[in-house]
Formats: sequence, C-alpha cells, structure tokens
Amino acid sequence: MATDVKAQAGAPPARGWYGVVLLAWLVPGGGHFLLKRPGRGVLLLASVAIMFLLGLMMRGAMFQPQTGDVLTTIIYCGGFVGDLAAGLFYLLTVWLGYAVPDMAGHVHDYGTKFLVAAGLLNVLAVVDAYEIATGEKE
Amino acid sequence: MPKMNLSHFEAAILFALFSSVVLGVITKRTDAERMRYGVRCFAYFVAALIGLGWLMKLGHG
Repeated sequence: MATDVKAQAGAPPARGWYGVVLLAWLVPGGGHFLLKRPGRGVLLLASVAIMFLLGLMMRGAMFQPQTGDVLTTIIYCGGFVGDLAAGLFYLLTVWLGYAVPDMAGHVHDYGTKFLVAAGLLNVLAVVDAYEIATGEKE
Repeated sequence: MPKMNLSHFEAAILFALFSSVVLGVITKRTDAERMRYGVRCFAYFVAALIGLGWLMKLGHG
C-alpha cells in the first residue's frame, strides 16, 4: 500500500507533460511559457535563438545522419540530433532551403558548433520544463 | 542573411555567454541563486578559455 502511494507520488501528474515537452522542443522556452514561467522562457528563447542565428550567420553546416565507422556515426548522427533539437528553428531553416557545404575555416566551424549547441541547450530546457510539469521541480 | 566573421576569442565568449545563461536558468531554486550560478559558469568558461589558450601557445613554443 505504502509502495503504491510512493509510486503514485513519483509518477507524472495527470496534468500531462506531453504537450509541454512537445512545445518546449518546437519553441525553445515554450514549455516554460506554458507553465507560467515567462521570465525564464524569454531567457531560454533568446539564448537558443541568438545562438542558432549566430550559427547561421557564420554559415555553419547542418549535419546529415551518416553511418560508417563508429566515430563517423557518432559525429554525424549525434550532430543531426543536436541540430534537430533546436525545434522550429531547424525545421524552418531546412524548409527554407539552407544548405551550406562543410568548408574549412574557423568561423564556419564555430557556426556548425553553434547550431548544434543551440539544439543541445534546448534539450536542457526541455528537460527542465518536463521536471517542472511533473512536479519534480518548482 | 549577413555573413559574420568572428575571431576565436569572440566566438568562444559568445558561446560561453549563452551557455551560461541557459545553465543558470535551468538550475537552482531561486533567481538570486540562478544569477550567481550563471555568472560563475561564465567565469569558469572564460578562465578555461584563457588557460587553454595559454597552454596551446606554450605548447606550440
């Protein structure tokens, strides 16, 4: 009985975190807006958006999933997931036809990393929104 | 979209800044704690940036 109560306490509440997680992924900070944390939402949105825009302005390349040896698979599939994690920014960019080939040069290289990092920072924001939605965090 | 050219230092500082903001926002309980954590993260990023920069310079001779 006590175990059931404990299990119920740890389970996500009926409030539904799916919508929060989906919105948080699509619009960085969107989950926080939905959960009535607009201040934090604005900071997350601004940080991810600026980082992504800087990546585009530095002409960073978007990763396409590739397989081969282990290192190639990790870099290209991981990079693709990182890019995809930026949500609507990534989807819009690809839809609008942004395609820059992988070029040499430190600016271009930083741009590629900024694009991936923007997505990875959004993953942190999604996890935070999930924890707030499930009551694990205030 | 305009093309941007940044030095290594400028790009790394911008990276540190936005990463620190996100790390600050998603951790801790109060706004004051989040602010302190964000500033501390940024300071660590900059210290690592300068330290590794010197290390590479000395390593290359």
